[in-house]
Amino acid sequence: MLAFIVQRLFQAIVVMFVVALISFTMFQFVGDPVNNMVGQEATTEQRDALRERLGLNDTIPVQFAHYVMNAVQGEFGLSYRMGKPVQELIAERMPATMELVAVSALMALLIGVPMGVYTGLHRNSWLSRGFLTISLVGISLPTFVIGILMILAFGVWLGWLPTFGRGGVVDLGVWKTSLMTAQGWSHIIMPATTLALFQLTLIMRLVRAEMLEVLRTDYIKFARARGLRDRAINYGHALKNTLVPVITIMGLQIGSLLAFSIITETVFAWPGMGLLFLQGIQFVDIPVMSSYLVLMALFFVIINLTVDLLYYAVDPRLRSEHVGAGH
Amino acid sequence: MKLKRTIPVLAAAIAAVLSTGVDASAKTFRYATTGDILGLDPQANNEGPTNTMKANLYGRLIHRKPDLSLVPDLATSWKNINETTWRFNLRSGVTFHNGNTFNADDVIYSFKRQSQEASSMAFALSSIKEMKKIDDLTVEVITKGPDPILLLNMPLFYIVDKEYMEANDATQVLDVSGATNFANLNANGTGPFKLVEWVQDNRIVLEPFDKYWDKANLETNITKAIFTPIPNNATRVAALLSGEIDLMYPVPLQDVPRLNGDPNVTVLQGAELRTIFLGFDQWRDELLDMPGTGKNPFLDVRVRKAFAHAINTKAIQRVVMRGASTPTGLMIAPGINGFDEAMNTPYAFDPEMSKKLLAEAGYGNGFPITFDCPNDRYVNDEAICTSIVPMLERVGIKVTLNAQTKSLHFNKIGKPEGNNTSFYMLGWTPGSYDAYNPLQNLMTMDGAGHGTWNSGRYTNPEVEKLTGQIVTEVDEAKRNSLIAKAFKIHQDDVGHIPLHQQALAWGNRSDTVAKVWQRPFNDVDLRYVVMK
Repeated sequence: MLAFIVQRLFQAIVVMFVVALISFTMFQFVGDPVNNMVGQEATTEQRDALRERLGLNDTIPVQFAHYVMNAVQGEFGLSYRMGKPVQELIAERMPATMELVAVSALMALLIGVPMGVYTGLHRNSWLSRGFLTISLVGISLPTFVIGILMILAFGVWLGWLPTFGRGGVVDLGVWKTSLMTAQGWSHIIMPATTLALFQLTLIMRLVRAEMLEVLRTDYIKFARARGLRDRAINYGHALKNTLVPVITIMGLQIGSLLAFSIITETVFAWPGMGLLFLQGIQFVDIPVMSSYLVLMALFFVIINLTVDLLYYAVDPRLRSEHVGAGH
Repeated sequence: MKLKRTIPVLAAAIAAVLSTGVDASAKTFRYATTGDILGLDPQANNEGPTNTMKANLYGRLIHRKPDLSLVPDLATSWKNINETTWRFNLRSGVTFHNGNTFNADDVIYSFKRQSQEASSMAFALSSIKEMKKIDDLTVEVITKGPDPILLLNMPLFYIVDKEYMEANDATQVLDVSGATNFANLNANGTGPFKLVEWVQDNRIVLEPFDKYWDKANLETNITKAIFTPIPNNATRVAALLSGEIDLMYPVPLQDVPRLNGDPNVTVLQGAELRTIFLGFDQWRDELLDMPGTGKNPFLDVRVRKAFAHAINTKAIQRVVMRGASTPTGLMIAPGINGFDEAMNTPYAFDPEMSKKLLAEAGYGNGFPITFDCPNDRYVNDEAICTSIVPMLERVGIKVTLNAQTKSLHFNKIGKPEGNNTSFYMLGWTPGSYDAYNPLQNLMTMDGAGHGTWNSGRYTNPEVEKLTGQIVTEVDEAKRNSLIAKAFKIHQDDVGHIPLHQQALAWGNRSDTVAKVWQRPFNDVDLRYVVMK
């Protein structure tokens, strides 16, 4: 088990290194940060001096080597926009993104799974058909369109929810949360729903398909023959056996929630890491861009590791195999 | 079960929003634009919206009003003692936000700080040799030579508190390649507003300064101002329509009719000072797009003229800009020192003449060019370029449009890639509000090298000579005639093709905002915001 984790962490380092390398190679196509940093009146000498101080005159491999050397020591450089350390900026923005992603993932699970079970059990009911039709919308409409439609409906027409930003933030010392106030929730509902919609429909359809599959298997038939109650069969046996693929998908999807949050955060002016990254691109803020990408790579690796570990918890067969190997 | 628990939370959240919507103070002014300011260090970060935010917080010797006129701020009066010496009398009884008293030492200190090499605001004071303290409320400014536009640059000279800066170890101006400094995150000026909070990319909160020296005459009545960056256009429009903000800019042109249709919203439109223009490669012997021919058609003035007459600026105004632009014949906008309405007629749209001129120049069958264009810098920039392509193709030019993001575009046409362009679009607002600025940066070689943004390297010995005279000529009438002469030669040369000044569009809640002065530099000076 420990060897497995160590091996995975080693892979993480390789993945992060490769991501950093690729992102660095891409940066030469993003343009020159100097024009954004000084005003139009700056003289040619001032521009050249700045380029030299930033190390932009070095070749890409040299710049990359510098970056890696510093990153190993925990220094991710200074943002070109404000001159603040990048790790500080990302730490400031992380709570906003994490809360958004967490609320979205919970929404997707807590609504998606029951809907999937329901549509699996009552295949022909009108409600199931309604769910399936609506889920098509979730799968086919792009995130930003859903976001803007929601803003129009709930923010402009009905005036129920604020249209942008994050509010009601409570400072807990190390973490600034907006989940402890009603105002905070009013701000997070729309972006979280926007972000969750695709995952929600995906999970619903997945659970439904798995349920249909499992309900056909022999042990369910035997369970019924034994006279177990529907509730025990459906939730105790059937649902539990649909969860392995759901966990796999959800793990991957949390990664893409993080990635897709870039769009959602821009639409809702949500002050998270995604917005930071996007503004970084517009400003050609190379330290911010590269550190964000490396961090995302780290998240993906950690999520996948967690998913692998969760399999052990959910699927007893894996545990027994493992125990067997230990003898 | 958990699903059931979220429903009351949802309801509570909605109720909370409904209730907070009511008790929001009536005099809180909330406004939004696309991005955050670059930083608060007044002697760094030369960018329009950032400079305006700094001006809410910091006093200057001279203030520029929204109509562009100059009025006393921290200087009560000034006079020219001789050609190179100005004497400024300073206002007494002015205090900084932290309670310190303003005096001549602060002015001298601010001058030294803003003149540091790393300061991107240094250009505004580059003609000044030294500043001398005469007494506590008098300073003398000695310029390197006669400087006719010294006063025009004074609104960009921000006065900081010497003691405060020294106490916080912020004497060294922010170096944009290094770590941030105390002055970039905090503010202590003599301006009408003081900084309450700045959360980057999230909000800036300002409150009126009780001891502002001119409080009695201040137009604004707001008790709090909240500035929020909202990058997405649609979200910004929605926030205005829902009443969560009182003012926002820019309004996307396609949304102007919709916003005007809302009874509580008005769109303020006016001309901006930025001139959008096209430029040609006038220095290579061989055009980049015609390798092997040894020819650069743009060296022939007839070809440049043909381009100018092929472009229908009125159609661009009508169709692409939906009326929100002013076609122009000059490289500077009305309001800029040196502007002359008589010369502001755009080149006539006449494709037949274009064809004739091209034929005369020996390019009757046209030639290929790549047209470099930004797609995220100016209002509808890419759309303008797209509309110009068929206009040029109509007279036989084969155009390949290369529209890309601003950092790549400016790189390509600018110094980093050695003006790697044949035909390009650029926009320019003179930071000093004076014609010398575009002459220096765009229309001459600026001494040994070439103007920083003279990407086509246009040059004419006459214009160079006139520009040299304009720098030091102090007689206003004489100076203006020199400027007119230089612009006339440039116009006859078709050194560039000016297209238009784009229009500003601000969305404004007419139910909460009583009055706001729209200044032609597309940013909000809180001194002039009056709430209902």
